[in-house]
Amino acid sequence: MTAPAGTRASAASLLSVRDLTKHFPIRRGVFGHVSGQVRAVDGVSFDVAAGETLALVGESGCGKSTTGRAILRLIEPTSGTVRFDGQDVLALGAGELRRLRRRMQIVFQDPFSSLNPRMSIGAIVREGLTIHRIAEGSAADARVRQLLEEVGLRPEYASRYPHEFSGGQRQRVGIARALSVEPRFIVCDEPVSALDVSVQAQVVNLLQDLQRDRGLAYLFIAHDLSVVEHIADRVAVMYLGHVVELAPVARLYGEPIMPYTQALLSAVPAPVPGVERERILLTGDVPSPANPPSGCVFHPRCQHPARDAACARIVPPLEEKAAGHWAACIKQPPTTVSWEQQQAAGGTNPPEFFLPRAALHRGT
Amino acid sequence: MTTPLLEIENLHTFFHTDVGVARAVDGVSFAVGVGETVGVVGESGCGKSVTALSVLRLVRPPGRIEAGSVMRFEGRDLMSLDEREMQHVRGNRIAMVFQEPMTALNPVFTVGDQIGEVARIHAAMSRRESHAKAIEMLKLVGIPAPEQRVDEYPHQLSGGMRQRVVIAMALVMNPALVIADEPTTALDVTIQAQILELLDDLTRRLGTSVLLITHDLGVVAENCARVIVMYAGEVVEEAATTELFARAHHPYTEGLLGAMPRVGGERERLATIPGTVPPPTAWPVGCRFHDRCPYAWERCVAEHPPLYQIGANHVSRCHLADEPERRAHPHPPLAAQRGASAA
Repeated sequence: MTAPAGTRASAASLLSVRDLTKHFPIRRGVFGHVSGQVRAVDGVSFDVAAGETLALVGESGCGKSTTGRAILRLIEPTSGTVRFDGQDVLALGAGELRRLRRRMQIVFQDPFSSLNPRMSIGAIVREGLTIHRIAEGSAADARVRQLLEEVGLRPEYASRYPHEFSGGQRQRVGIARALSVEPRFIVCDEPVSALDVSVQAQVVNLLQDLQRDRGLAYLFIAHDLSVVEHIADRVAVMYLGHVVELAPVARLYGEPIMPYTQALLSAVPAPVPGVERERILLTGDVPSPANPPSGCVFHPRCQHPARDAACARIVPPLEEKAAGHWAACIKQPPTTVSWEQQQAAGGTNPPEFFLPRAALHRGT
Repeated sequence: MTTPLLEIENLHTFFHTDVGVARAVDGVSFAVGVGETVGVVGESGCGKSVTALSVLRLVRPPGRIEAGSVMRFEGRDLMSLDEREMQHVRGNRIAMVFQEPMTALNPVFTVGDQIGEVARIHAAMSRRESHAKAIEMLKLVGIPAPEQRVDEYPHQLSGGMRQRVVIAMALVMNPALVIADEPTTALDVTIQAQILELLDDLTRRLGTSVLLITHDLGVVAENCARVIVMYAGEVVEEAATTELFARAHHPYTEGLLGAMPRVGGERERLATIPGTVPPPTAWPVGCRFHDRCPYAWERCVAEHPPLYQIGANHVSRCHLADEPERRAHPHPPLAAQRGASAA
């Protein structure tokens, strides 16, 4: 799939990802024969503009975290291209990669395992300053204090250790560490999922304030659709290693096109008691990425009334259905896969727009 | 509320540790009616899970249910039962569904063995009978190809399927009460929807009461008729769910509702509750929420509030019930003035 899945021209984007693929080999037996491939990320393309938040959502195993890590080369992608600020990230040598990481950072999900328990939080935040030779001695001390203050921690806590802090406070330390090298782009990998709701709100607000003050761009990886609606400018929905829909946030929540996105949105509990929400209940489980379904990866669970044999044969291109709104579904018009092509693949139901009320939250 | 099935009065469960006594559950009272689904919400460390374990008397040392705690279930005093009688209650009359299905299931036994075990122990069924019962239960919880799945091991099932197996185990003996402790927290949102729908459908059909423990107010709104909010080892508010969402009284409940982003809601800045939950070894004096509360005044620092009756079926542990005019004058809480400080 070579669709340029972005709304902006590559020249304007800070980060540009094309056909990114990460396959993990399945090894069996004592000799480690490769007997198959887990297609964790299977041809993902998107752009992130400077100062923008692109959310990457999907359920466990859809490949969203792998995508985030492959972009930073924390794991090596199998193929594809990643361009950051005009630089080809996948072609960089070790030294250049280290320099690049001054500009691209990551905040991890679990604030308990991502901080070294033997280092004081001051030392944790200071490490990046030393490695990248940004500041030394008392200048570094001052910078650490300033960073802690910026993320809402008292500077005098620099000498304390991670176990002395709560989950939300540790996540603030993780953010201060990422900020220390003054990046332009941060991959936030489920940064608030491990936190209680009141603390989650504090961290979400902090991320938004920092973005406003510093013009940061975020790739915000999350499974919580209510947090995503709150923080994202655009949203990419992933399913089984593919981006199946990509749209500005208001469009995605207001008129989700891909049937999987519709089901995902309908499953979110609405905090309005007494309102019986209609729900699209997906049957069965997500298929294994080691053996993904043919054609559209979602077709075995799809609720689109026009679903037919063509869906099992034709891989749906991620195509622009409306301005800036990309989706991969040959049954949602308009589509570049003609009705004749669909019939040739055994299709019996012509494309027809489908948007169940259950997928929408507004007005409930 | 209908006839009470479970009544808890003045439950105290303390953990006697080297660093002091952790008063995890500190004087909790509530009731669950026959066929009713009651939600218990609160954040980490509020005592909601320890309350659940206390009802089943599964609190392990150094934890202890303190003298004076009263738990009545189907008219019997749970505190006076010996261990054998208590085992009969567990599994037979009260069943538990845990958060993480992989740790609730034994990895070296098939799901059929584990579901069947309940029937063998509690209903003295033979192996053959219990195997048939296991298949019937798997069918009931909507697992496809149950005759085949019954001989599989937990690792062969997905997270959603495992949670269905745990629910099947809980329902084998047709218990009167199911305690579900964060039953969907470890699951994806589409699977969560399946599991909650299943739990709702089954308990409705079987007339089972459910005590649903969760941190997710959305789950409460959709599944519970009544809700209990816990903070720092205490019940701070209790009301019918519609009433609580429309007219939350306690500032903590108000804070929780404001901090929750909603799909389809306005994209305004999220409200936050400054500061963090205090440690259970040193609950603050006065109101336990006072240093995080935007309305607190001298009285809140000095005087521990009782549960005030503020509506027909609505109670709140907040002095605002006594002096409602103070709600008009919010101010930055003490915790915000101190900055986000370490615990």
